[in-house]
Amino acid sequence: MRPDRRTFLKASLLAGGGLALEAFVGAPARAAAASNAASGGQAAAASAVLTAFVSIAPDGRVTIVAKNPEIGQGVKTSLPMIIADELDCDWDAVRIVQADADLARYGVQVAGGSTSTPNNWLPLRQTGAAARAMLLQAAAQHWSVPVAELSTAKSRIMHATSGRSCGYGDVANAAAQLAPPAPGSVPLKKPEEFTIIGRPVAGFDGPRVLRGEPLFGIDTRLPGMLYAAYEVAPAHGGRLVQADIAAAKAAPGVRHVVPIKGDGNADTGLADGVAIVATHWWLANQARRKLVAEWDVSAAKGHSTERYRARAQAALDAGGGQELRREGDPDAALAAAAKRVAARYDYPFLAHGTLEPQNCTALFKDGRIEIWAPSQTPARGRELVQKMLGLPALDAVTVHVTRAGGGFGRRLLNDYMLQAAAIAHALPGTPIQLIWSREDDIRRDYYRPAGWHGFEAALDAKGRLTAFTDHFVTFGEGTRVTRAGDLTLTMPPADLIPNVRFSQTAMPTVLTTGWLRAPGSNALCFASQSFLDEVALAAGKDLPALMLELVGEARVIAPPGGRGAPFDTVRARSVIEKVLQASHWAAQAPARVAGAPARAKGFAFYFCHQGYFAEVVEASVAGTEVTVHKVWVAGDVGRHIVNPFGAENQVRGAIIDGLAQALMGQSIEVVDGAVQQSNFHDFRLARMPITPEIEIAWVRSDHPPTGLGEPALPPVIPALTNAIFAATGRRIRSLPVRLG
Amino acid sequence: MGYRLHVNGQVHTVEVPGEMPLLWVLRESLGLVGTKFGCGQALCGACTVHVDGVAQRSCSVPVSTIGDAKITTIEHIGETPIGARLQQAWLEIDVMQCGYCQAGQVMNAASLLAATPKPTREEIRDAMAGNICRCACYNRIETAIRMAAGIDPAGEAHDGGKSHAT
Repeated sequence: MRPDRRTFLKASLLAGGGLALEAFVGAPARAAAASNAASGGQAAAASAVLTAFVSIAPDGRVTIVAKNPEIGQGVKTSLPMIIADELDCDWDAVRIVQADADLARYGVQVAGGSTSTPNNWLPLRQTGAAARAMLLQAAAQHWSVPVAELSTAKSRIMHATSGRSCGYGDVANAAAQLAPPAPGSVPLKKPEEFTIIGRPVAGFDGPRVLRGEPLFGIDTRLPGMLYAAYEVAPAHGGRLVQADIAAAKAAPGVRHVVPIKGDGNADTGLADGVAIVATHWWLANQARRKLVAEWDVSAAKGHSTERYRARAQAALDAGGGQELRREGDPDAALAAAAKRVAARYDYPFLAHGTLEPQNCTALFKDGRIEIWAPSQTPARGRELVQKMLGLPALDAVTVHVTRAGGGFGRRLLNDYMLQAAAIAHALPGTPIQLIWSREDDIRRDYYRPAGWHGFEAALDAKGRLTAFTDHFVTFGEGTRVTRAGDLTLTMPPADLIPNVRFSQTAMPTVLTTGWLRAPGSNALCFASQSFLDEVALAAGKDLPALMLELVGEARVIAPPGGRGAPFDTVRARSVIEKVLQASHWAAQAPARVAGAPARAKGFAFYFCHQGYFAEVVEASVAGTEVTVHKVWVAGDVGRHIVNPFGAENQVRGAIIDGLAQALMGQSIEVVDGAVQQSNFHDFRLARMPITPEIEIAWVRSDHPPTGLGEPALPPVIPALTNAIFAATGRRIRSLPVRLG
Repeated sequence: MGYRLHVNGQVHTVEVPGEMPLLWVLRESLGLVGTKFGCGQALCGACTVHVDGVAQRSCSVPVSTIGDAKITTIEHIGETPIGARLQQAWLEIDVMQCGYCQAGQVMNAASLLAATPKPTREEIRDAMAGNICRCACYNRIETAIRMAAGIDPAGEAHDGGKSHAT
């Protein structure tokens, strides 16, 4: 949260009685405008947005609005926990309602970047505390006693001196008449007073999921709804020339076949396609075989992964590239080096494979469109739909946010929402549900971009790292890099040594690319921490020793240009030391000798999304079989783990996700713009048998809590490949790991 | 064509082509949306239901092959003692993240425990290998199955996860 934006509150009487408290973040003068825009239906770009909503009904029931999408990261439970704790209410009386997408009212509602916790921690606490203060004040007035004599616990207010007590609901109406306090003026709980934060709380939707109740986007059911499949070009960037739809239209169950001309924007726009709309999705999908469509795929000619690889190696051979960052004089340091280490690393395109395939339900009627979508950026989708359909105001588009069956960054893009909206727009009055087949999903993803690195490092006579250079080959046009294909300019050891150069060469691609869980870091950490393992070896030490030496003395390093999170060396050192201790790193056997069992530990560290993680993998290799025996994780995301249940799940999931990227052969291959993988047999996801034991240790530094959806993932991949090297002497410089 | 189906103790008649997989009949004819679509090729297990008590991938079972068999879905599994124990264990240790695969996981686990009341860790891993959890809640799924089976969750040593890097 930016320091110039502060929280302020608005109290009102609930329609059915009770206290409603809304917290806005932004400029106070605009609060009324934001609120009016929401209730009066005027779309206004307000500078103050609703960040929290809590209400207490006369029967004591507490309702909290969850504004950010739930994709499995647990925010629908963990954010309300923060309000509920300061409110000091009975968690069992809390009901959580998912908010619709509304930029004017809520601001950005995004599930991405591990931002929900750090952005909401303080405003949510202030809101809960203010609501409690108002209830206390109402009770104090009612009993004519000083507020200071009152205490609360589990939704009840007690007056110890007189023995009186009442429920929150009993004073909710009276509290609604009071002016809300300034949020900063209400004292917050001390950490030791928390009763909900830090306690393992089961996910709010859990029981409903286990009963099979409709929660996900794909579960949306509307009267008279039909199901749609959407046939797109066989290659990325392809355009529809013409389509003979007669046979498809005559197929069983098919009601409509609608060729749709897109806008030519292959990235964030509407893709050309033919919609087949039927009574059942399976019938619509079957009828795709009967379509005779002609596509122009000439733009994708020559766009093949093999060719990308060759071009990347040629670029690395040629050297140079556009200089992105230089510190000191890396060339002089390399020339003066006692020892130089050079190596190339690469990694492939990856799909997301959310288990719930992309889908969206839409109804266009009387100039308005209503949408039900499992989106990570619903408000952004809403704007795109308005623009695409040329609707006069944002108000003509309603987006209901459903639970999403996984996100991992895939649903930050709203391509499927545009398709559903275009189909619904062509069939006014008929609700349609667009579902992608798994094949559609694997072939039309926004892929984690492949990348290549040419590293070089200089060591001085004392084995100290004096220079580090990286020539990065990525995708883009000229200096404009494709989405998620950029190099993090603070990637360690930058800012930890004097001489650094990062340079870049970009080549064009027709593939759409995007953010995958821990974007950038998921690939850069593998490449850089594996290379630094080589450097450490050349310097006669191990990677943890090198990292501790680089991290050096206690200091906070500001990011260049002031953008991004500062790097705290104390926090980095703490997690490294913690994981070494937990994994008994020092007791590791010396380098492998011939005939000894191929089993060893590997280490890696990374800092991203404001989280510090050091991880150790113990693995053994027999032929092509890799067994990951155990993973130790040490993480620092601040002084509080809001919900240990959800937090540990995020870490375990990230670890297994990373292991799968390395060990399950995950790689998206392309020939002339056509993706060669299609389903879970050739784009394999983690399964239970690969799951190792995972031990998590938290380092609770004295900082506000930050997010956990992403930062645990990156280190596990190089920790694994470094373990494979330690066990076998085989250096893994290319993902996925191939030992066959 | 019309088919009479025994689903969750009730008889339904549906008019659909015989090749239509059971999954789509459940979701789109009968409104039982708890059974999920994941891959359409019996590769992920999200669509797992019981056909006469045995786990089957409903995305790959044509409705014409069901006959008089009794179908049970996630909406009804809590009525069985094993299903109820699994659901309770699942909630107790908060297994899920996104939750999309969980219906299939519970149905598959119920079928396992019906056939093998006290499975070893290896038996659990083999039986559950066909059910993908994209969020990778595998540690807790395994633990919840052991709890539901009345096995001490910490009883058997973990000997690591295996995969072939080829």
